[in-house]
Amino acid sequence: MESLTLSDVEQKYYSELFLSCDVDNAKKVASNGKVLDLFRAAQLSNEVVHQITELCGATRLGHFGRSQFYIALKLIALAQSGLPLRVESLNTVRDLPLPRFVMGKNEQEMRHMFADPENQGPYLPRPPGRVQAKKVSAHETIQPCVPTVDPQPDTTSPVVSPHQSPPTSPHAWRKHKRQASGGNVDRQPSVPGVVWPPFREAQPGPVTGDGMWSAHSPPPVQESWVSFTDTPPSSTLPMHLPSAQPESTTVRTVPSAMTTNEIQRQISGYDDPWKITDEQRQYYINQFKTIQTDLTGLIPGSAAKEFFTKSKLPILELSHIWELSDFDKDGALTLDEFCAAFHLVVARKNGYDLPEKLPESLMPKLIDLDDSAGVPEPAPEVGFSASPVEVTPNKSPSMPSLNQNWPELNQSNEDTAIVHPVPIRMTPSKIHMQEMELKRTGSDHTHPTSPLMAKPPELSDETKLAATITFPGTTVGDGYSSSDSFTSDQEPISSAVNRQRSHSGTSPEGLKVVAPPPPPPRPNASHSRSSSLDMNRNFAAVPAVTSPSGPQQPGVVAFPPAVPPRPLPTQTSVPHGHRSVEGDGLSAHTSTSPHQMPEQPNFADFSQFQAFAVDQPADDGEKPSDSGQAERCAESTGTMRTAKNDVQAEERNATTVNSAKVSTPLAPPPKPVRRRLKSDDELRPDVEDLPQKSNIIATVLATQPSIPRSIGKDKKAIQASIRRNKETNTVLARLNSELQQQLKDLLEERISLEVQLEQLRPFSHL
Amino acid sequence: MAVCIAVIAKENCPLYIRSVPTQGELKFHYTVHTSLDVVEEKISGVGKALADQRELYLGLLYPTEDYKVYGYVTNSKVKFVIVVDSSNTSLRDNEIRSMFRKLHNSFTDVMCNPFYNPGDPIQSKAFDSIVSTMMVQAC
Repeated sequence: MESLTLSDVEQKYYSELFLSCDVDNAKKVASNGKVLDLFRAAQLSNEVVHQITELCGATRLGHFGRSQFYIALKLIALAQSGLPLRVESLNTVRDLPLPRFVMGKNEQEMRHMFADPENQGPYLPRPPGRVQAKKVSAHETIQPCVPTVDPQPDTTSPVVSPHQSPPTSPHAWRKHKRQASGGNVDRQPSVPGVVWPPFREAQPGPVTGDGMWSAHSPPPVQESWVSFTDTPPSSTLPMHLPSAQPESTTVRTVPSAMTTNEIQRQISGYDDPWKITDEQRQYYINQFKTIQTDLTGLIPGSAAKEFFTKSKLPILELSHIWELSDFDKDGALTLDEFCAAFHLVVARKNGYDLPEKLPESLMPKLIDLDDSAGVPEPAPEVGFSASPVEVTPNKSPSMPSLNQNWPELNQSNEDTAIVHPVPIRMTPSKIHMQEMELKRTGSDHTHPTSPLMAKPPELSDETKLAATITFPGTTVGDGYSSSDSFTSDQEPISSAVNRQRSHSGTSPEGLKVVAPPPPPPRPNASHSRSSSLDMNRNFAAVPAVTSPSGPQQPGVVAFPPAVPPRPLPTQTSVPHGHRSVEGDGLSAHTSTSPHQMPEQPNFADFSQFQAFAVDQPADDGEKPSDSGQAERCAESTGTMRTAKNDVQAEERNATTVNSAKVSTPLAPPPKPVRRRLKSDDELRPDVEDLPQKSNIIATVLATQPSIPRSIGKDKKAIQASIRRNKETNTVLARLNSELQQQLKDLLEERISLEVQLEQLRPFSHL
Repeated sequence: MAVCIAVIAKENCPLYIRSVPTQGELKFHYTVHTSLDVVEEKISGVGKALADQRELYLGLLYPTEDYKVYGYVTNSKVKFVIVVDSSNTSLRDNEIRSMFRKLHNSFTDVMCNPFYNPGDPIQSKAFDSIVSTMMVQAC
């Protein structure tokens, strides 16, 4: 083709256009598709388009190579200028304005392309040069065609002679002026001549994406970069661009200098159009200082509102800008946020659309704490993370916002905080047990339940509850493995208990529901054997204890008679534990006792267990099933634990050896304890049975002391006791499961009732 | 998923109301208006307890055969009302609560905006997007 000499501006412009059309990066564009769209956008008749295409040689080649493309563009410019299309004119016409393309939908494409890294140029100029048309990749867009363009300012500006602009700008100058550098070059065919010369003057500017922009940069230096005063000034800005009026220079030197250079830099291939250049940032910082001298401080919302209102943007847009830029949602702007907001205002004034989300480069450099505030996602543009320049100033301003973020996070955390469902042994049985123990052991202050000793076995709910509350505290030291959680739950459970107390008619039920009974002090469950001894004592005391508790459970499920008086056993077992510990002569016993001590003194009462085991056979015949169960319950804190464990793990047969039994209860003391609690709860209804069983248990317990004696005798006794213990375990396990079932049923019933109540309630006011 | 979400100011004037457009919006407006009575009743009922003790979530205000209305009132007497379809039985109380919580948070963000004058209709896009996520997706 003919050689084509392009001015620098044209070169830039054309290359941008070519890039925009050359989406495949093939260095050539098909003749159809974008190129045709582009040409049509030039608002030339199809015939002319064809002619152009032909002239540039694309028809020959079948596609638009770069040179063809350039030639075509030049021809378009020619055509738009009304000059005849001739190849010769390509090089002869010097003052040819750049081809103008109606944006229309092309603009959208262009915008998209604009977002692409390569195509920044044509679009970037936008902000500085407010000429929206320019923004549209330097396509001259007829104002109406530019949807995003600020309608008002642009329409008037192009028409006005550029030379008029400067005078107006000073008027507009207030706080700062935004300078819409450049755009109007493309603007009107009518003023190409006028525009061109100044445009050319701007040539020396670095070649950025948009030739026009670069051209503008030097001259527009004087123009105010940001005008926050009136829109008219902004409208005149385009005019300013071409004019290198000195007046404007004086007024806006600084900002404009920033603008143009920055714009150029922006245009010059930076991926992120939202990036704040150094000059811009410096300008922002200066403005920040005018409001808030401390750069690490915050600008309150009201001050910021006043400041940005001067930009004459509609309140809605300012509101949106605020939403975007107030990163930590604290109602105040840090330096970073302020810069981001300012930048967005500048962009908006220059016709850029506000992004939906804060661009990455504008995000304050916060550590990602502010999740609750909603970290804005990066803008669609490929944005660098904020430049290093932004980082440092961000640090300090962001610190306060970091602090501010915390409360939000905390609050949100509080909302979602899950209170530990610490199982607290709420069962009054525990209290009973403790009371029993207190009665029995009396002086055993080491007993975990000793605190209860001070309390008489009051069976009032409050007492029980209080005891329960305190008991957990004391039982923490019992060595329950769950004690950790146990302790932590003290308070909530206590409160729960209190609440229960206040409004649960049947305290036992309330207690049960309130908290999964934490491993109760498990005096009973602590150890199987020792409990047997204790049971005697416990059961003896149980009647006194249970009777008051009995009436407390009026509505309680008609507990199955089979349910042994668990509380009794636990209670009795506790003292057993004590005694066993104290009088533990058994080796195994002793070995376990210290271990058990923390949990339950009864626990370690192996001897008791043995004694109990010995007595078991005798007792079995006497006791009814209930009592038998009760006995077994009482028999072993350890046994019960074991039983529970067995129930849970179905390892009834696991405890073949007494020692094993002793150890097993110890090993998972918490679990059995917990179960024990539950069973205790279940037993609560069954407390009534306790009195019946207490006797039996007492007898059983009474027999326990004989165990130690027998131990020394022979293995047979041990094995017998083992068998008995096993049986006891089995029975207890069964009992436990039954009680569990009862409890579940009760709870379900309660829930259903509550649901019904809820359903009925809405209608209450109708 | 709500069918209609409304924010009513302290003076019982609406700040924001948005419904699924498929159904008559007027119906929802009316429903929200009538539910205000229930809200008033609930918040005035807790006479002994002051605001700090009163729970913000009011729960189900007003069930009809077509839909249910849930209420939530802030300490500044700004009311949020959510109308959900009765056929949508999968919505649990916790979900409603979380919806209100989100609403409250984004409302707070709107309030923090110095350019927002209390009493103005809420035009924040962020708020709109939050509400959109909670509304039944119009199909």
